[in-house]
Amino acid sequence: MKAYLGIDVGSVSTNIVVQNEAGKIITGLYLRTRGRPVETIQAGLKETARLLPENTTICGCGTTGSGRYLAGVMVGADVIKNEITAHAVSAAHFVPEVQTVLEIGGQDSKIIIIRDGIVTDFAMNTVCAAGTGSFLDQQASRLGIPITDFGELALQSNNPVRIAGRCTVFAESDMIHKQQMGHPLKDIINGLCEALVRNYLNNVGKGKDILPPVMFQGGVAANAGIRSAFQRALDMEILVPPHHDVMGAIGAALLAREELGISKRSTRFKGFAITELAYQTSSFECDGCPNACEIAEIYEENRVIGRWGARCPRWDIV
Amino acid sequence: MRKVTFPHMGESYRTFKMLLNDLGNEVILPPRPSRRTLNLGVQNTPEFACFPLKILMGTYLETIEMGANVIVTSGGVGPCRAGLYAELHKKILHDLGHPVEMIVFEPPRLYPFNFIRNVYKLNPCRLSIKAIIECIKRAWRKLQALDNVEKATHIIRPRELKPGATTKTYKKVLEWIDKAYTTREIIDAETAALIELDNIPRDPERLVLKVGIVGEIYVLLEPASNLEIEETLGNLGVEVERSMFLTGWTRDNTWKETVEGLTVKDAAKPYLPELIGGHGRDSIGNTILYSKRNFDGVIQLAPFTCIPEIVARTILTSVSRDYNIPVLTFFLDEQTGKAGMTTRLEAFVDLLRRKKLQAPDNKLLTASTF
Repeated sequence: MKAYLGIDVGSVSTNIVVQNEAGKIITGLYLRTRGRPVETIQAGLKETARLLPENTTICGCGTTGSGRYLAGVMVGADVIKNEITAHAVSAAHFVPEVQTVLEIGGQDSKIIIIRDGIVTDFAMNTVCAAGTGSFLDQQASRLGIPITDFGELALQSNNPVRIAGRCTVFAESDMIHKQQMGHPLKDIINGLCEALVRNYLNNVGKGKDILPPVMFQGGVAANAGIRSAFQRALDMEILVPPHHDVMGAIGAALLAREELGISKRSTRFKGFAITELAYQTSSFECDGCPNACEIAEIYEENRVIGRWGARCPRWDIV
Repeated sequence: MRKVTFPHMGESYRTFKMLLNDLGNEVILPPRPSRRTLNLGVQNTPEFACFPLKILMGTYLETIEMGANVIVTSGGVGPCRAGLYAELHKKILHDLGHPVEMIVFEPPRLYPFNFIRNVYKLNPCRLSIKAIIECIKRAWRKLQALDNVEKATHIIRPRELKPGATTKTYKKVLEWIDKAYTTREIIDAETAALIELDNIPRDPERLVLKVGIVGEIYVLLEPASNLEIEETLGNLGVEVERSMFLTGWTRDNTWKETVEGLTVKDAAKPYLPELIGGHGRDSIGNTILYSKRNFDGVIQLAPFTCIPEIVARTILTSVSRDYNIPVLTFFLDEQTGKAGMTTRLEAFVDLLRRKKLQAPDNKLLTASTF
């Protein structure tokens, strides 16, 4: 069976999916990156190889996410695409008439406006990461609640308190203040969900024409409290696709299929054997000019396969 | 001994060096702004001031280290705080114990005596007025040559067959223009440079997108302050046209407003009839003109906290809708990371490419759409 591999290496999670020719998801993994993208990609691919049916051949591979270049050179990707395009493609794959995509990941949030199947506008959070997954994670662990129960708890509240959501540090102080005044936890959590949604719509969503159908994807879409706060704020139904947490990876796989279909090339995917290879990363400061760029390198079995961080072509690998 | 320096703005320093030398000044060349420049600038300026104040402060401190004691810069009229930066820089530098002399050029059209006085200060050779005019004319020709060559790279880079070929050739031909001295030599060097660039092998079949760049003058003209956005876009297969070059801006602000300048003002009128300082109105007018010329998109560059550009950005939302032209805005300061910018640029280029391919009159639908 022919299949396509999609890898999304994000700040918080690394997602790996394998999709068949018809677009059906055969395997989907959601792993924590834990600051070790190389190991996570290798572990994820090993697990994926184990889960795949016997006769599967990977005939295309795409990478996305902030670690897309790293993952791309490691596995031999056919396409290396930004997250915005990847998310738009996968959203349109599941709901072709989609007009708005809300995506909240570990450290960034985006809004994508789609009309007639084409991205017409998008925005990403710029100066602040308030209201992304990492902050919710951090608050859940501070309160000793598993992040998976966070949303359910918010739904039990009928009286959300108002939390200042502009900045995560102030949001936390405000939450502590409300908790010391005796507000119940569920109301504080629900208030936090509303604050994050308000912040998102006022910053990332500012000036954007949000029309239904609206899809909500990314890791935070699992949070029923945030979803319900979006529903209340926008007064629209919010669709959360079944694979909401791996939509970026699905998009990367779809893009790989499209790319190879057009170019008629065969895949550059190096195969699952790379999980056995030794990868090493290192970095140094370039002394070529006063910019002092920090160059990062990745070695595969003592051979440099990728370099990043330079502002000039001096360290490019041709 | 007086040693003269000035702000670094793209490649224009080559001209200013020649002009100031001709008038008999010893010149300290400003280095290209680097991380060190930014660190120095950020340490010695208020945090909420905009990027040009910080980056220029860093440049001045670096040139002072190299021995400069006279700084030539531009002032400004109209409600943008950058017009006051020369004074602020002077105060901060004096406070830091650098008794530099600041020579601030205001638009000569409005302040002719300021212009004459300043030229007199920078003319230790005591050249005659006629000789000074000759020098300025020659410098002007060099500035035009630099701008023309840069414009050519914007067209050639997205079409080059070998990645990096344009940038490499550009670096080489800049030196030719740098060495040229007489008007004849400058014209010859410019011609040779344009021919050399034209010889770069290109792919005529490639689908190239056209993007206009608008925004605040300093972040437009100094590639080190905008993370070399024009080069990055060129490498992504985008032909850029910048709305502002030093020659155009100078013409608009010295003798009289040019036809081009007035067209921009006119275009912006329905959205913004007032001058709001800086280049806010130009950003709006130019976006409309780019749309009328069938550009695929517009990118607005602005220093973080720049009020004129913030106002323009809000209005550009309506312009973008009314004229059906995608607009992407970047606010730049020392915190700006290249990775975030690259992601947004890649997504923007994908958006434009797909939009172009879906247009009803397009026959390229079989090519990669994403």
